Amino acid sequence: MSETAQSPPVIPIARAVQDRVNPVETDSANTFDLQNVRVYYGDMLAVKDVSMGIHHNQITAFIGPSGCGKSTLLRSLNRMNDLIPGARVEGDVLYHGIDVYGPKVDPVQVRNVIGMVFQKPNPFPKSIYDNVAFGPRLQGRKKNLDDIVEEALRGAALWDEVKDRLKDNAYGMSGGQQQRLCIARCIAVQPDVILMDEPCSALDPVSTGRIEDLMVELKKTYTIVIVTHNMQQAARVADMTAFFTVSANDETGSRTGMLVEYASTSKIFSDPVDTRTENYVSGRFG
Amino acid sequence: MSTQTVELGASRSGEPPRSLEAPSLRIGERIIKALLWSAATLSVLVTTGIVVSLLIPSIAFFQQVPLWEFLTGTVWAPAFANPSYGVLPIVVGTLTVVFFATLVAVPVGLSSAIYLSEYASPRVRRIVKPILEVLEGLPTVAIGLFAFAVLTPLIRQLTPFLPWTGPFSIGVAGITVGLLIIPLVSSVSDDAMRSVPADLRQGAYAMGATKYEVALKVIVPAAISGIIAAFVLGISRAIGETMVVLLVAGAGSPVLSFDPTKGTQTMTAYIGSTATGDIAQGTITYDSIFAVGVLLFLMTLAMNILAIRLVKKYREVYD
Repeated sequence: MSETAQSPPVIPIARAVQDRVNPVETDSANTFDLQNVRVYYGDMLAVKDVSMGIHHNQITAFIGPSGCGKSTLLRSLNRMNDLIPGARVEGDVLYHGIDVYGPKVDPVQVRNVIGMVFQKPNPFPKSIYDNVAFGPRLQGRKKNLDDIVEEALRGAALWDEVKDRLKDNAYGMSGGQQQRLCIARCIAVQPDVILMDEPCSALDPVSTGRIEDLMVELKKTYTIVIVTHNMQQAARVADMTAFFTVSANDETGSRTGMLVEYASTSKIFSDPVDTRTENYVSGRFG
Repeated sequence: MSTQTVELGASRSGEPPRSLEAPSLRIGERIIKALLWSAATLSVLVTTGIVVSLLIPSIAFFQQVPLWEFLTGTVWAPAFANPSYGVLPIVVGTLTVVFFATLVAVPVGLSSAIYLSEYASPRVRRIVKPILEVLEGLPTVAIGLFAFAVLTPLIRQLTPFLPWTGPFSIGVAGITVGLLIIPLVSSVSDDAMRSVPADLRQGAYAMGATKYEVALKVIVPAAISGIIAAFVLGISRAIGETMVVLLVAGAGSPVLSFDPTKGTQTMTAYIGSTATGDIAQGTITYDSIFAVGVLLFLMTLAMNILAIRLVKKYREVYD
C-alpha cells in the first residue's frame, strides 16, 4: 500500500495487509478494487463478474433497473450479505488491497470501517443522543461523548435542528431528519467509507436536496458509494457512475445482474459507449 | 331504486346515474356481527360471574373473620378445633414459589429467547420452537411427579449442606414451577423479539455491532414490552400453579416460614386440597376457600396492572 496524502485512518483491518504474502497490486487512488465479483443467493447467481475500482474521496453511484444487483453488490462491500442465509461472494473485494472476505478479516470490524445508510430511515427507538452515541459506546469511546455526538450531528447538518431536543425520541423527527440522524450515527462510528442504499427514496424533494448537499460535503472526508433509482440524483452528486442491468434466464427463471458500463458520471450521461446505458439514461428503458 | 335524479348525475350516456344504495339487506353480515358480539359479551359475563361467585362466600367469611385478622394473622389453621385464619403463611408459600420460579424462568427463558431469535439458524428454530410450544401444554401433574421422584432427590444430593427435612420442599416446588414456565416465557419473548423490524437489526449490524450487542442493546430494548408481558404471564402462572406445588411442597399444615427446604402450603394448594367432596357448604372452612381465591385474584390483577405500568414506562416506540 503506497498511500501518501490521503491515507485512511489506522485501523486493525489495515494490519492484516502486513500478513499478506503477496498483496494484490491495486491502484492506490482506489478505496475498493473489485475483481470478478460474483454474488450468489443459494444457487442463484445474483450478480456476475463485476470488476471495477472505487475511488477514494469520491461519490460513486450504482444505477440500473430493479433486480440488477446494485444493492446486492453494495451490501457485499461491507459484508452485510453475511446476514442473509445462503448468500455467498466469489471473486475479490479488495479494500485498499485487503480481501474483505479474507480468513483473518472480522465482519464486525469491516462494518466499523465501512458504514452503511439504508433506504428507509431506521433510527433506533431511542433518544436522538443515544442513537448517535450508540456506535461510540460500542467502541468504548465514552470520554467526551457529548462532543462526539455534537460533532457527528454537525457533520450530518442536523445539529442546529436538534440541539435543544437531544433527549427526544428519534421517531418524533421528520423522515429527512431521521435519515440525516442515520448518517450522523454512521459518521459517529468514524468509518472510512459510507455506503448508501437508496438513501433518499423515502424522502420528499426538499429533504432529498439536503441529503445530496450533505453527500457532496461528506466526500471530502469519506469515500461514498450510493445506490440510486434516481438518475438525476446520480447525475447531480456522483463523480463516477456504474450502470448495471439484469438478464433473465428463461429456463430457470432466475435473474442475474451485471455491470454494463462504468465511467465518469458526465461520460455515462452524455456519451455512453453501450446502447443499453444510453437507453436507460435517456429514459427509453427502465 | 331511486331514479328521480336525471339532472343531478349526468352519467356518460345521459342515462340516470347508478344507484348508490345497498343492493340487499346483508342479513349474513348482521348475523355474523351478532354472533361475534355474543361471544365477546359471553366472556365478559363469565368473568363477572366468577368474580361474583367468589365474592358472595367471601363476604360471608369476612362477617365471621375480621379482614385485618385474615391479612395479618400468622397462623393458618382453618381445620383445627380452635381455628385460626391468618393468611400470611400460605401467602408466603405462594411468594416463595413465585420467587424461585422467577429466579429460574426469567434468566433461562430470556436467554433461550435471545438464542432462538438472534442466534439460531432457521433450521434449529424450525425444530426447537414447536417443541417449546408442546412443552407449554404438558400436564403439570406429570411435571409434578417428575419433580417429586427425580428433581427433589437430585437437588438434595447436590446440596447436602442444606437442612433438608421430610420429603417436601417449597423451594424445589418453586424451581419446578420455574422449569414449567420457561417455555412460556421463552416463546412469548421470542415472538416479541422477532417482531422487531429487521431494519433496526440491520442498522445495528451496519454500525459494527456484534450479535450480542445487537441482541442486548437494540432488540431487547425494542421488544421490552413484549418481554415484560412474557414475564408477567409466567409469574401469573406461577402464582396460580396448583398441582406441582401440591405434589412437591406437600399439603401439610402451613407454617409461616421463609425456609425453602421445608414443605408448606401455598394459596392454591390450600384451595386444591381443601375443596374436596366432604366439605360442607356454608361452613367457615368452605367460605375461607373463596376468601383465599379473592386474594389470589387480586394478586394476579395487581401483577397485571404493574406490568401495564412497566410496559408503558419502558417501551421504546417505533412505528
